[in-house]
Amino acid sequence: MKDFDYRIVEEAAKQTYIRALCDLPPDVRIALKKAYDRETKPTARAVFEAIFRTIEIADRDKTLICQDTGLPIYKVKIGSMFPWNGARIKKCLYEGAKRATLEFPFRSSSTHPLTRVNPQTSVGVGLPVIYFDFEEDSDSLDILMAPKGSGSENMSKMQMFYPAHGVKALKKFVLDTVIETGANPCPPGIIGVGIGGTADLVMKLAKDAIMRPVGQRHPDPEIARMEEELEEAINATGRGPMGLGGDVSTLAVHIEMAYTHITQNPVAVNTQCWPARRARAVISPDGGVQYGY
Amino acid sequence: MAEYHLKSPFSEEDIRKLKAGDIVYFDGLLFGIRDLTQIYMFDQNHEPPVSLAGAACIHTAPSLRKVGDKWEKICVGTTTSTRMERFTPELISRYGVRAIIGKGGLYQGSLDAMKKYGAVYLAIVGGSAALETQQIEEVEAVYWEHLHPEALYQFRVKNFGPLTVAMDSHGRNLYEEVKAEALKRLPEIYEKLGV
Repeated sequence: MKDFDYRIVEEAAKQTYIRALCDLPPDVRIALKKAYDRETKPTARAVFEAIFRTIEIADRDKTLICQDTGLPIYKVKIGSMFPWNGARIKKCLYEGAKRATLEFPFRSSSTHPLTRVNPQTSVGVGLPVIYFDFEEDSDSLDILMAPKGSGSENMSKMQMFYPAHGVKALKKFVLDTVIETGANPCPPGIIGVGIGGTADLVMKLAKDAIMRPVGQRHPDPEIARMEEELEEAINATGRGPMGLGGDVSTLAVHIEMAYTHITQNPVAVNTQCWPARRARAVISPDGGVQYGY
Repeated sequence: MAEYHLKSPFSEEDIRKLKAGDIVYFDGLLFGIRDLTQIYMFDQNHEPPVSLAGAACIHTAPSLRKVGDKWEKICVGTTTSTRMERFTPELISRYGVRAIIGKGGLYQGSLDAMKKYGAVYLAIVGGSAALETQQIEEVEAVYWEHLHPEALYQFRVKNFGPLTVAMDSHGRNLYEEVKAEALKRLPEIYEKLGV
């Protein structure tokens, strides 16, 4: 087989970052419209109207929705029939995120945690955040990209409960976290929830949850029911858009689950702001690229 | 809920008539400030090279580019205000700033200064940088350039908004009211959720 041209992966890494920043996914747009339709408070409706004008301008001018271009996160799913070299893919994601930043150009938000020096590239040690996964019976390389801004990311929380605390501790934790974080994560966005796993996995699950299309329910009916219950509870708080009061406090609650230890009962919340940005590139073995969300 | 179209710099009278929940749009001058700008002003004792009397100050780290000696906008958005609570009372009392624009709100110290001196907190829609950038007509000046993107910026804006009066000069704080209401509803929500 002819060598795969990895410049395609680098270009897709760059393009998905830029597309995510400028073009809000259709499911998010629909969810915002539906939210506006059910919102009754005048100040909250004014917030939605500003949101829609922002989206219109970003569409028209192909410009950034939000100035916080975030830290780049790539979730890569490699098909069992895709010819691949993982080290090359990893390097392409790094270079692609860097090129997006320098060539668009937009603000780099990556920084050294001690010196606070910003390399002006959106990448650095440990960045971009990359997750690899694998899929049977697929011949494609699927790259899902999400830039994560700090307004929402700074509001992340996790807790290792004990089995004796039960499921109700998890629900209470999610609700209390949302109330505590108030206006900061630019609501109404997605409340991502992880349950189960280990301390690191539970937060990764919460991140997976915010990267799902808005309102796509978990396939397990029991978890889907928990999503609905929490959505209703959060909206009943009256926090409203931008925390200024209103009927709509969240667009959706998404939960992801993993099995956990018999002595553990972990939960994590990772919130996503109303510009729930993401973009996708599906690359086929012949080098074709299909962009989407 | 009333809607106001104002011109900045603001007078005390402009500001005192605003009530929590009102919507404001304004034309005129807007100053951009952030964490570092205020550390430079208050912790390192640098006097601003321009008068902030009656000013509107927005919490931002703008993306700008310098073409010749002129600055052009790329993307100007708003950051979370809560980090800058420490500086705000003095910004109001010492320099006469009349409107702080941001997202997420401020705390009691700022609210007290707003009541005493006649200032407000105007909440912008976070995440709406595309809209804000369009409403900025010109970057008139960048003071303390070496601090960029956290320098002191002087923008000229047109119909800047919508901004919600979230903290007014009469002691009302919408964020606290919304939170108090949520806590009041909480027992019933817990019960329904079975927790």
